[in-house]
Amino acid sequence: MAMTGVLRPGHIQLKVLDLAESVDFYGKVLGLLETGRDDQGRVYFKTWEERDHHSVILRQADSAGVDFFAFKVDSDATLAKLEKDLNAYGVATRRIPAGELLETGERVRFTLPTGHDIELYAQKTVIGNEMGDLNPEAWCANAEKGIAPIRLDHALLYGPDIEKAQAIFQDVLGFYLVEHIALDDNQDLAIWLSCSTKAHDIAFVRHPEPGKLHHVSFLLETWEQVLRAADLMSMNRVSIDIGPTRHGVTRGTTIYAFDPNGNRFETFCGGNYAYPDQKPTKWTMDEVGAAVFYHDRKLNDRFLTVVS
Amino acid sequence: MIHHTVVIEETGESYRCAPNESLLAGMERLGKRGIPVGCRGGGCGVCKVEVLAGSYTKRVMSRAYVSAEEEAAGQVLACRVYPTSDVRLKVIGKMAKNVCRPQPPAASAAAV
Repeated sequence: MAMTGVLRPGHIQLKVLDLAESVDFYGKVLGLLETGRDDQGRVYFKTWEERDHHSVILRQADSAGVDFFAFKVDSDATLAKLEKDLNAYGVATRRIPAGELLETGERVRFTLPTGHDIELYAQKTVIGNEMGDLNPEAWCANAEKGIAPIRLDHALLYGPDIEKAQAIFQDVLGFYLVEHIALDDNQDLAIWLSCSTKAHDIAFVRHPEPGKLHHVSFLLETWEQVLRAADLMSMNRVSIDIGPTRHGVTRGTTIYAFDPNGNRFETFCGGNYAYPDQKPTKWTMDEVGAAVFYHDRKLNDRFLTVVS
Repeated sequence: MIHHTVVIEETGESYRCAPNESLLAGMERLGKRGIPVGCRGGGCGVCKVEVLAGSYTKRVMSRAYVSAEEEAAGQVLACRVYPTSDVRLKVIGKMAKNVCRPQPPAASAAAV
């Protein structure tokens, strides 16, 4: 499959209650690299492997949660086309000027029926990684500092009207459905959507409150590294939600845990390859426990209730 | 080591809580099955309590779940509150149903 159009999740801006505490956590425990601070006081991070300037932005706020989740597209022409396509589909957009986020070009922002702000952008400064792109080493010292994920992988968002968000992603942005949990023949509890060959680039769970974050996920390379992440969480008294375990959906291995101000994050490894010609995998409510937590085969209290 | 005693109004149960641990951390040690401890970071709101008596220090908590008025009136998130005296509290968040439901007599034996 040629990768065109929407390429991948590019950044997420998270709200935190205590910026200094969270900067310490995202830097030292999660092992992201700080790449900048702006005049609004926001702090920017990327993983050791990522090449673009940032993938995580922290903003001090009076509640936890997500400000926006953004996807990088392949060109300015694609950005303009998708903006026009969204408008034609009845989705209002607005342009955020270049430079409003450090080292980032113009962004096209729109609000989903689920209450989440999504952005598209084509330009972000490539600062590279420590291995470089000429005869690179396989990894670098920062690959072993903290949990040290490879990349920002996906986000799971909670809100109402998830089928309307699904329609926008599928009909306008070129995503496809990979897996879903069906409430009945007409309605899904949860959907996993991909714009690539990843098991998911974004996912939604039906929930009465709009605009909620269930988790932002970071990719690790091996199950061993997931176990190492669990050790680091315990050493640093990180609040673990569940894991290490495996999801039935995507069959990825996982830990759900919370940042110091209540935003859930995931350290994720594996997961199916997905292709747009494949039939979506369906899960039914009588097996929802195994779909979400494959070993326990039941949901914990927090899965459907604790969001930020 | 100094401990304060925390009494849960609805059930009359009490637990010991050190000044450097949150009211939620102490409550978790009660070991009740199904206490839906959320994020433990002041962000999700499930551990909301009302402090009826006693003094405490607190850390910043989400305005999405605790308004300034509520916070001033002692309605706070247990994960962000540290006792400086004995405390009496009422559980008002999403965890109330689990903390306050009667424990079947065999529950502790069955949990082993």
